Amino acid sequence: MESKSSTTGNRDNPNRNLHGSKTMMASHFLRALFRIQQTSTSSSSAGRSRRIRRAAYASMAYSAGTRRAWSRALLRKLRSRARLRFPRRLSRAATPQRRDMDQAQVLRKLVPGGPSMDDCKLLEETADYIRFLTTQVRLMQTVMDSISS
Amino acid sequence: MPVEMSSRRSSSRISDEEISELISKLQSLLPESRRRSMSRASAAKLLKETCSYIKSLHREVDDLSDRLSDLMSTMDSGSPQAEIIRSILRS
Repeated sequence: MESKSSTTGNRDNPNRNLHGSKTMMASHFLRALFRIQQTSTSSSSAGRSRRIRRAAYASMAYSAGTRRAWSRALLRKLRSRARLRFPRRLSRAATPQRRDMDQAQVLRKLVPGGPSMDDCKLLEETADYIRFLTTQVRLMQTVMDSISS
Repeated sequence: MPVEMSSRRSSSRISDEEISELISKLQSLLPESRRRSMSRASAAKLLKETCSYIKSLHREVDDLSDRLSDLMSTMDSGSPQAEIIRSILRS
């Protein structure tokens, strides 16, 4: 079941979306890895690591296509060649985390395209984003296991 | 399952049931180990766990990128790459 990007998606069954996307994700990521392998010199393992990381988010975004706000936002970021950064710390300020801190705001910073989403859309996009993220992580783990065995 | 309404109202009209549904959908996506520590799924707690989970996934991507990079430096072009494709397509 191919999952091409389209405006009418299989929104009711997200798992069906993911199945076709997994194949796209894997082939995109592998092709990117080969390119990185061919074109990277023996120096700068950090540079290669950054390219691999970028390839990971790229294959996520390309396999999800344009039907999701998070993937559209990621694609935009990738095309503008901006640095892919996700906040690690909650805030730069030394203020301790308040009990009533708005976790939805924190979440908006973690999910690509988050700032422009209302609460309802944020939850939907988050669920989809997590599915693709975990798939990508498992893919990278599989590649790692294959290479190192 | 009690759901604490956030003090911020979302701009679109959403029923309590829809929010509840989305919350439990989100909760089902968290791995078991994270769900166990949440005896009652309050919306705020679930969001916090979700943020924490996403951050750990981001860290995993970083970590796996580093390790893949190291591994690739020891590889030469040739059969190992074909083996990778074969094993990925098998799994």
